[in-house]
Amino acid sequence: MITLAHLLTLSAVLFALSVAGIFLNRKNVLLLLMCIELLLLAANFNFVAFSRHLGQLDGQIFVFFVLTVAAAESAIGLAIMVVLFRERRSINVEELNQLQG
Amino acid sequence: MNQNLLLAIPMLPLAAALIAGLAGKAIGRGGAAAVAIGAVALSFVLSCLVLKQLLLDQAPNFDGTVYTWLVSDGVRMQVGFLIDRLSALMMAVVTFVSLCVHVYTIGYMSDDPGYQRFFAYIALFTFSMLMLVMANNFMQLFFGWEAVGVVSYLLIGFWYTRPSAIFASLKAFLANRVGDFGFLLGIAGVLYFTGSLDYQTVFSAAPSVATKSLMVFQGHAWSALTLVCICLFVGAMGKSAQVPLHVWLPDSMEGPTPISALIHAATMVTAGIFMVARMSPLFEYSPTALSFVLVIGATTALFMGFLGIVNNDIKRVIAYSTLSQLGYMTVALGVSGYSVAMFHLMTHAFFKALLFLAAGAVIIAMHHEQDMRKMGGLRHRMPLTYWTALIGALALIGTPLFSGFYSKDVLIDAVHASQRYGAGYAYWCVLLGVFVTALYTFRMIFMTFHGPERLDQHAREHFHDVGWDMKAPLVALAIPSVIIGYLTVEPILFGGYFGSAITVLEGHDVVGELKAEWHGPAAFALHSLTAAPAWLAAFGVLSAWWFVLRHPERGDALRERFSGLNRVLVNKYYFDWFNENVLAPLARGLGLLLWRGGDQAVIDGAIVNGSAEAVGRLAGVTRRLQSGFLYSYAFWMIIGLAVSLGWFLIHI
Repeated sequence: MITLAHLLTLSAVLFALSVAGIFLNRKNVLLLLMCIELLLLAANFNFVAFSRHLGQLDGQIFVFFVLTVAAAESAIGLAIMVVLFRERRSINVEELNQLQG
Repeated sequence: MNQNLLLAIPMLPLAAALIAGLAGKAIGRGGAAAVAIGAVALSFVLSCLVLKQLLLDQAPNFDGTVYTWLVSDGVRMQVGFLIDRLSALMMAVVTFVSLCVHVYTIGYMSDDPGYQRFFAYIALFTFSMLMLVMANNFMQLFFGWEAVGVVSYLLIGFWYTRPSAIFASLKAFLANRVGDFGFLLGIAGVLYFTGSLDYQTVFSAAPSVATKSLMVFQGHAWSALTLVCICLFVGAMGKSAQVPLHVWLPDSMEGPTPISALIHAATMVTAGIFMVARMSPLFEYSPTALSFVLVIGATTALFMGFLGIVNNDIKRVIAYSTLSQLGYMTVALGVSGYSVAMFHLMTHAFFKALLFLAAGAVIIAMHHEQDMRKMGGLRHRMPLTYWTALIGALALIGTPLFSGFYSKDVLIDAVHASQRYGAGYAYWCVLLGVFVTALYTFRMIFMTFHGPERLDQHAREHFHDVGWDMKAPLVALAIPSVIIGYLTVEPILFGGYFGSAITVLEGHDVVGELKAEWHGPAAFALHSLTAAPAWLAAFGVLSAWWFVLRHPERGDALRERFSGLNRVLVNKYYFDWFNENVLAPLARGLGLLLWRGGDQAVIDGAIVNGSAEAVGRLAGVTRRLQSGFLYSYAFWMIIGLAVSLGWFLIHI
């Protein structure tokens, strides 16, 4: 029997993996975007799990919204990445420290 | 008494000072002299009128406010006049001597480029001194006190191209600052204990203040009034050049001679004496403070006299004589003989101004030579100066019937009659002082006017006797130097002249005790021939004659014999040495320490720059957090989230 705890654990594992991916990834912006995507999916997983546990559909409907926003965000993120690559000829995270000012 | 008339007395010299000082070029040399002399002469006439109204017309005292400057927390700062017989006497003396000196200046400064400036200064001095004398509150007294100090500073440094004059003017200013600090503390004490600066209010509160006490150091209660009086007297010590704040007066002789006569002999230096006499209602309630006054005065009177014996500069000898005579006046104050002090102040103003002006005439005739060793035999070359100087000298040493005799002999008798603590010491000081006075005065007279001529080539060629513009003031001062004592001793000392202006408590009244033995001035003179002071003076003159004229080589032999003592005297008891080599380096060291340690290290280093550096260092550490890498920002965000969540969970 799959309980809420199992689902939440899976979600937490996914979340931790994606966070670790964001921190540890020093090479590629593409990976960064994928990790963010995974992060959102972990959150969605929570929504679905609680929706099922509580017997309400609100959470599952919310997932659609999140997925939509995530898709839009990926599109914009990829577009930015393409522009960035054209500009710098690199998508290496190590070199992207312009925010330091 | 008319208020406008009183106001005119100080304002005329002020107006003259402004005109001569600001429009000096426009009105020219003659114009400046005419304006200044005219204003001071008018001032003198008005002062005499005031004195006449008080004495002959029995007019009541004037005590009123002319102008209120500001009111702060109930303390009124005002310009006001208190005209009683004490201030009226001072006004007459100040304006008379000032007038003589103004006239004398025409001749003395005739070839000086700073002619108008000089007239502006001495007129300004007359104004300041009158404001001091006429004040009816402590604020105005302090204003006059500081104003005469400033003018004194300006005039000592009048020949500002001479380094020695600049040094002397600074020295005078600094020594006076020390005294003024005490004076200001005294005024602050008066305000603290009585809540008023007005003379009459303060004086009527004096008996109640006398019962109060004050903790200066933990566990030592001081009488409040004693403390206030001693602080006030410290001011007088600075202005009236009492030991140990006397060091500036001999050096002040760097200034032109007319101001040595006016400021540093006749008027300004007596401001301290006048102030203590004015404050007699306060000092009377503090015998401790009066004993302090007495001992300081006695020390000054005797030990400054000794210095006059070894000096060879004609003006400095008279300067030391002034110190010594100021000591006499201070002694009189110390035994509650305020009227005697004021009487000696008056006679001294005349004969000492006379001696200074005579010395100035000699200096001008000798073409600015002040060393008595290069003079001698001048009585043939300038007879009138010689005779007037002789009159001044005779008055100074207290020859019977001369003015100085009455003031000094009564003063010595008063000290003898006093029971105050320290009066015994003071009596021997003033008695021995008579001999010393006669010795140095006639040493000066003999060295300058008698004996063989020792003029050098330059002085011999350029020698010229002075004109009448300088001789007239000598005569004008010589007359009161002879007669004023004889005429006024009885009314001033024994006729209750001062009335309510001076307060003497029951049991302190030494002058009252002397009154029983008083049988008129002529009898007093006759009686003095059997008393010690007259013989001491005669012996002093004789010694001077013996060592200067009869056997000059014995004087040198004596100097050889007591070379150690001579060295101490020539070095002025090492006061200057002490000030310059101990006190000044100590003060500078302390200042340096506070500057380097307190200001630069603590305030600038630790507090001002230190706080800025701390912020800089903190920023240096924290800037490393801003790496610019997106992942590190995300990391910190997550860490922050975790921490706040954790905190949230723990506290729920």
